[in-house]
Amino acid sequence: MAMKRIGVFICHCGRNIAGTVDVKRVAEEIGKREDVAFSTTYVFMCSQPGQKLIEDSIKEYNLDGVVVANCSPTLHERTMRNAAARAGLNPYRVEIANIREWAAWPHEDNPEAATRKAIRIINATIEKLKANASLEPLEVPVIRRALVIGGGVAGIQAALDLADAGIETVMVEREPSIGGNMFRLSETFPTLDCPQCILTPKMNDVGGHPNIKLYTYSEIEDVSGFMGNFKVKIKKKATFVDWDKCTGCGECLRVCPVSVKSEYDLGMKDRTSIYIVNEQAVPLKALIDQDSCIRLKFEKKVQEGKIKPKKNVKICSKCADVCEPEAIHFKNNEEIVEEEVGTIVVATGYEVMPAEAFPELGGKYPDVITALQFERLLSPSGPTAGVPRRPSDGKIPKSIAFVHCVGSRDPQNGVPYCSRICCMYTIKQAMLVKHALPDTAVYDFYIDIRSNGKGYEEFYHRAKEEYGVNFIRGKVSKVYKVGDKYRVQGVDTLTGRIVEVDVDMVILATAAKGSEGVKELAKKLRIPYDEWGWLKEVHLKLKPLDTPVGGVFIAGAAQFIKDITDSVAQGSGAAAKSLGLLSKPQLEKEPLLARVDTEICAGCGRCKDQCAYGAITIDPIRHVSVVNEALCEGCGACSANCPTTAIQVVNFKKGQIIRAVDILAEVF
Amino acid sequence: MMKYTIKEDPHNDERVREIMEISGENIFACYQCGRCSSGCPMAEFMDVLPNQVFMFLQEGDVDTLLSARTPWVCAACFTCTVRCPVGLDLAAVMEALRELQLRKNYDYVDPYRVENREELPPIALVSNFRKFTP
Repeated sequence: MAMKRIGVFICHCGRNIAGTVDVKRVAEEIGKREDVAFSTTYVFMCSQPGQKLIEDSIKEYNLDGVVVANCSPTLHERTMRNAAARAGLNPYRVEIANIREWAAWPHEDNPEAATRKAIRIINATIEKLKANASLEPLEVPVIRRALVIGGGVAGIQAALDLADAGIETVMVEREPSIGGNMFRLSETFPTLDCPQCILTPKMNDVGGHPNIKLYTYSEIEDVSGFMGNFKVKIKKKATFVDWDKCTGCGECLRVCPVSVKSEYDLGMKDRTSIYIVNEQAVPLKALIDQDSCIRLKFEKKVQEGKIKPKKNVKICSKCADVCEPEAIHFKNNEEIVEEEVGTIVVATGYEVMPAEAFPELGGKYPDVITALQFERLLSPSGPTAGVPRRPSDGKIPKSIAFVHCVGSRDPQNGVPYCSRICCMYTIKQAMLVKHALPDTAVYDFYIDIRSNGKGYEEFYHRAKEEYGVNFIRGKVSKVYKVGDKYRVQGVDTLTGRIVEVDVDMVILATAAKGSEGVKELAKKLRIPYDEWGWLKEVHLKLKPLDTPVGGVFIAGAAQFIKDITDSVAQGSGAAAKSLGLLSKPQLEKEPLLARVDTEICAGCGRCKDQCAYGAITIDPIRHVSVVNEALCEGCGACSANCPTTAIQVVNFKKGQIIRAVDILAEVF
Repeated sequence: MMKYTIKEDPHNDERVREIMEISGENIFACYQCGRCSSGCPMAEFMDVLPNQVFMFLQEGDVDTLLSARTPWVCAACFTCTVRCPVGLDLAAVMEALRELQLRKNYDYVDPYRVENREELPPIALVSNFRKFTP
């Protein structure tokens, strides 16, 4: 039923459009069409009087279709469709002709061409509109459960907010304990709180919350489904210990003969093969690292047939011998569990570049470490009980140099962006060194001090005025060994000369990146990410927590490196976004989906192969494609690949598109 | 001098401490905004800019400052002191630098070599000797 009474509304957008395009002429030209009943212009169509104009005109002229010629449909398509719906016109009978980004802005220097192009764009849109069908939104049910991926401070906050609101929340953390990077820190800037003291209450809340189901030492295996109805497969990695029985007493740790570098302490301390991450771990459970355990390594080799089992030799089982609750069974207890959730919050955090990546700055020496490693040495619960010692010989350092912007603001050797947290944590670390070792000289080589937060600049001035930290403005070029010391060669750009100083330790503030494995996870969730591993938001300013996949939100440093303050705020924000969806009894879905003309479809399956959402199956009896409307996102990949145009997206049918293109290209 | 080696923590440097004591100012509070230099009416005649004076002090390099003309060119007009965002009295620090030399009986001006001595107003000469001689 082709439309015969179309209304065309041309927006001036202040001077954005009207400054280049002759809108009056466009309205007159378009008004000459037989199928256009009404054509007018207005200064701001998106304003309330502008919307009222559309509503009133629909009623007055009995319009059966509307074209609004203004900005990109990403901005105001919904505004205009809602206006039409209020006047009783089906919202899918409204189309946007983008004459601002397509005509006015690119042809500012040629108003005549811009005007002609605007007319052509509107004509093409009218042709497309004429074959539009009236549609009703689809309703899909919602599972009132949420998944939080990542148990750092952002994830913890999101999970607690969701759970407190009565939503059953599943938390998945790949490390054996929640807490994330924040739990590694010595103290927090600018308040100098002990992170263990302020985070453990939240961690324990997560561990004991009746609405939170916690999977630690687990990873996301697969995600399917759609907004409101996700199916998630979670791999619980093998711990070789029965966590239902383990009491976390730590007897096993005392007898284990194996010693390897601790991941939690970032190599600054050793742990045993059977281990508990730290004393405050949630959950407080022991697990065996199968790559270092004598017994598991032996059993693996026997299994692979590399060695023969010996009968009378007792293989190490010291941990199991002392385990009173008999929790240690050495059996591979890896399993896959399935959870169904309505929304997903991704809070996977960050990691820092290793010191080894910067050999010119001494990254190859044991006493040149990253700032995150140094956090462990400054932590009261760390390997040196908060009094830093040199990793190489355990000596108390008499002088320490900090180097800012290692890899940051350096697209040639690292990343192009500012890692944002380094200035503040370096100042904090310098202060903490002065707390622990007042006689140790501290040199802080910076390019700029970026202290853009509440109380941050004051914190910096405290370090300068009260703590005796030496700040030198200039980037360090090299660090090399001279005797027992490390010579730092920098520059003072303020006096304009090279500065050299010999120190006992060098701390590198290395660039932050998205955490390891985040790209694989993003692929499973079908959400975009950039080359540095940061998850991409829909709009940096206005939709920082949204992803293009409905029902999947991002929070904390997973989106971009940020401090605890901002991470917690985003965690709460993502929880609120989730609650917004989960509070509805049913979700509305755009009805712009693929439909199959079963008369034409030959069931070749090309559409099925192209579908990124797994929405298409081939009916084995009728031998035609079948679209699952709940899964289909209306992307059109199937339609583009169909050899017979049997499968097409509603309101984006081939005829509509071809007609529009013909007019745009003036091939009538 | 294009290269400088920091030998000890500048906070412990005796002469830096002396300057801080004479002036009563914490020279480490300066965060190098440069407002002192940009507003100084004498800056164009100085060999070390006022903000650089603070950077040299913060690096413990007093030698460079003692051989510099800047403290003597300083007119003690207090423009910098009034404008300093962290409230440092720069004029007092300049005075301390001069004082460090004068206390060693060092004369920056020789009364007998002042040009056009007869034509100058006596008050100018008195002020000059007060500021530049022990």
